[in-house]
Amino acid sequence: MSLWTRIANVFRGNGLNREIDEELEAHIAEAIAQGRDPVEARRAFGSTLRHREGSRDVRLLTWLESLRSDAVFGLRQLKKTKVTSLAAILSLALAIGACTSAFRLIDAILLRPLPVANPERLYDLSREAIGPDGKPQNFDGWAYPDFQLMRAAVKDQAELFAISYAEPVDLTYKSDEEIEKAYLQYVSGWMFPALGLRPGLGRVFTENDDVKPDGHPYAVLSHDYWTHRFGQDPKVVGKTFRMGNELYEIAGVVEAPFTGTEPGTMVDIFVPTMMNSAVTRKDSTWHRTLAMVKPGAALEPMRQKLDATSRAFEEERAKGFMGMSKEEIDNFLNQKVLLEPAASGVSGMQSETRRPLAVLGVLVGLVLLIACANVANLMTAQASARAREMAVRVSIGGGRWRLIQLVLVQSAWLALMAAAIGGLFAWWSGPFVVSMINPPDNPARLILPSDSRVLGFGLLLALAVTLLFGLVPALRASAVNPVSALKGGEDPHSKRRLMHALIAVQVAFCFLVVFVAGLFVTTFERLSHQSVGFSADRLLVVDAVAKTPQPMEFWEQVADHVQGMQGVETVALTDSPLLGGSSWNNFISVNGAPSNGVLSYMRAVSPGWLDAMKIQLIDGRDFRPGDAHPGAAVVNETFAKTYFDGVDPVGKTFDLSLDEGARLHYEIVGYVRDVRYRNLREPILPQLYVPFHSVDENGASRKRGAGVLLVRTSLANPRSLASILRQEVPRARPEFRVSRIRTQLEINQSHTVRERLLATLALFFAIVALLLAGVGLYGVLHYSVLQRRREIGIRMAVGAQAGGVARLVTAEVFAMVAVGAVAGVGMGMLSVRFVESLFYHVKATDLQMLALPSLAILAGALLAALRPVIQAVRIDPASMLRAE
Amino acid sequence: MAKADSLQGSMDLLVLKILSRRPGLHGYAIMSAIQDISGEVLRVEEGSLYPALHRMEEAGWIRAEWITKDTGRRARLYVVTAAGKKQLGMEESRWAAVTLAVNRVLREA
Repeated sequence: MSLWTRIANVFRGNGLNREIDEELEAHIAEAIAQGRDPVEARRAFGSTLRHREGSRDVRLLTWLESLRSDAVFGLRQLKKTKVTSLAAILSLALAIGACTSAFRLIDAILLRPLPVANPERLYDLSREAIGPDGKPQNFDGWAYPDFQLMRAAVKDQAELFAISYAEPVDLTYKSDEEIEKAYLQYVSGWMFPALGLRPGLGRVFTENDDVKPDGHPYAVLSHDYWTHRFGQDPKVVGKTFRMGNELYEIAGVVEAPFTGTEPGTMVDIFVPTMMNSAVTRKDSTWHRTLAMVKPGAALEPMRQKLDATSRAFEEERAKGFMGMSKEEIDNFLNQKVLLEPAASGVSGMQSETRRPLAVLGVLVGLVLLIACANVANLMTAQASARAREMAVRVSIGGGRWRLIQLVLVQSAWLALMAAAIGGLFAWWSGPFVVSMINPPDNPARLILPSDSRVLGFGLLLALAVTLLFGLVPALRASAVNPVSALKGGEDPHSKRRLMHALIAVQVAFCFLVVFVAGLFVTTFERLSHQSVGFSADRLLVVDAVAKTPQPMEFWEQVADHVQGMQGVETVALTDSPLLGGSSWNNFISVNGAPSNGVLSYMRAVSPGWLDAMKIQLIDGRDFRPGDAHPGAAVVNETFAKTYFDGVDPVGKTFDLSLDEGARLHYEIVGYVRDVRYRNLREPILPQLYVPFHSVDENGASRKRGAGVLLVRTSLANPRSLASILRQEVPRARPEFRVSRIRTQLEINQSHTVRERLLATLALFFAIVALLLAGVGLYGVLHYSVLQRRREIGIRMAVGAQAGGVARLVTAEVFAMVAVGAVAGVGMGMLSVRFVESLFYHVKATDLQMLALPSLAILAGALLAALRPVIQAVRIDPASMLRAE
Repeated sequence: MAKADSLQGSMDLLVLKILSRRPGLHGYAIMSAIQDISGEVLRVEEGSLYPALHRMEEAGWIRAEWITKDTGRRARLYVVTAAGKKQLGMEESRWAAVTLAVNRVLREA
């Protein structure tokens, strides 16, 4: 008989017994048929029951059999107390689901190794410098000539390759009417062999595809893009697309599932670094540098070599710097090259979400512990109700381990059912949470697989949870003393003490969760309601592109045409919207003096921009059609403070010092209020607006290939104009296309996505934590009233008042709530230090921040206590004593 | 009179031997065969035959199948498997070695 039949026999139940019995009966029948006396035959045969047990043990796995019977029994126990079991399962499910879904997210963004060969040997090169605020800043952008020197310097220890920051680009496969967006990344040709990536179709790049600037117009597609854009058409190789003025030919498709090295962004198209126009520039840091370290190479000597190489490069470059003091140059050069492991890739999303995700992980962990404490209390209450049963089991020889197994199996039932429901919850909520991180226009595309990693995590969690809430009750149940338990005289307070301790723990965790949630919600409120200095209402941001740079008159014609459309109030042109992510800066020199080392941030804007953005003019005027860049400038308050000691600068002049040593002269014609330029958190930057109309050294007007139309509409939903705008722009000038339409509101909101995510999830967890703690509190109070009915009855019989009874049943528990709350405050104060960087204009020590969770918990505790207290007061002493 | 206890070590041997000669016996027939052939010297304790048969079945030495007899009652018949034949060979040589040794002691002591 195989192991399998022995396992199968466990689940045949009575079928096996019947089979054995039949054989034994056949024996006796045969004996009688042979002429033996029936009574004698039966006596000679002995006890059939004993022989059946003997055979049965041989024919099945006894440990599995005992587990099975415990499982059946445990399920029956859970069914007996349907409501409490269901509450336990659902609260655990919520907590397990939240944990699993947090794990999915954390795993996908931060932990999962890239699908490449030897990801553990992959490193990201970055530089650490002391920023203007005195804190160390880490930046991983590199200039290509610097990269080439570094690659040569360490070629024996590692293979270095360049990978640009993935970004959406406009490209066309057929006619120019069909501009589409795709995520494109410039990569070193030898990245593919270095990462062990093979072609899924056609070929991938090698070293030879990345040699001559502008000389390799070829592209490799990601498998994902090939699938969703081309339906895996094998004829895609050899097809061409146009990006800018360049025609690219598709060389092949890289094998699945590689979609780049930036978790959060799935790259569609890879092209060689040599095709990037900045590839020869020493002052443009446009790509990351990754290193595939060779086995056995020592990291620190390699880092030092890279450090020396990069420093020599920058020293050479700094010789050309004008208008910077020696100190500033030293400060600039004082950078340290770092090598950081990049097994799971490296992306902006990772660095942005690392802390928030860690915080969320801790919050869900706390919620899980609260849920576990609830179930542990439930199990303890049940175990004490079953003390007699346990005592009987011990008296008839049930081993201690069997009793532990009995209770643990029941816990496992709870955990498994909860994990199953929680798994469904996680399956649904994972993509939902990802969609919340996404700005609508620029969705993070994240691979969120539900594979063995996630399943393994879920099962591990269920196991951990079983032990967490099941082990203590199981050990207590197994330690039952049959003599005293059967007499009904066990110390009833010992169980309550454990339950009360758990209540204190629950309240402490709950306080912490609610407290942190309050801080995040306030942060989000303050950040999203602060003034940005301009009005985003009903404002459309329309990105326009032309195949080749177009003269200014054509741009103005397009703007004028849109201005005439129904529902449009004002239109202005700019190079890029405020808060849109692109920034452009220069040093300022006043009266020919060297710059003070503070960068001024620039924006090219047309006349009417101030009006369209509703930015308040303090003095001077807006640009006029005749103004050009360089020449006229409008500046903000911080600019005046930074370079003109805060006096009204209208009429004053300054120079921009460019990298090549050239200077551009400007006269300030307008002075405006501060607005947010790059993001919502940093101090307001000195800002300088120059005319959209730009002229070259000879005074000739420059052409532009891309720009932004800011359209202030009169419509509540400005997006309703989007499709008409897409048609009207080419109608105004056939050279122009609309490549993307956003609302300024969306752009502004994209800066609070992380805060909104944290606030929403933290609030959700806070509500769950309060709910769970409330249910837990109710359960314990209810149990203690039940347990003390006799005592309460006697007290009432001898004249105790309702108030006294209420105090009796709640005093201890409320003392525990107080202890928990105090512990929670302590933990809160300690822990906020680690998350302070995520807050905005909120202090953990604000009274309001502490009062809110305290009140919430107090209210929850009172609500939870209401029913048990009423029950206690309503106890009828007469009937209670009669029942005894 | 040898009872089950002292027969324990040789129970497997006897059952395997009988089944290898006469395949397809039920429990009662095996028991009767042991008693008949041994001239009523060896008696098997009836009930404990079955756990032993099930243990051997579990070990893979014998195989069982249910048949319906003419009387309409079902009976479980046992047959030796290939593994059982191998086991029988081992048990036989062990038994021979033991009896040889015991005989030598009886003779030369």
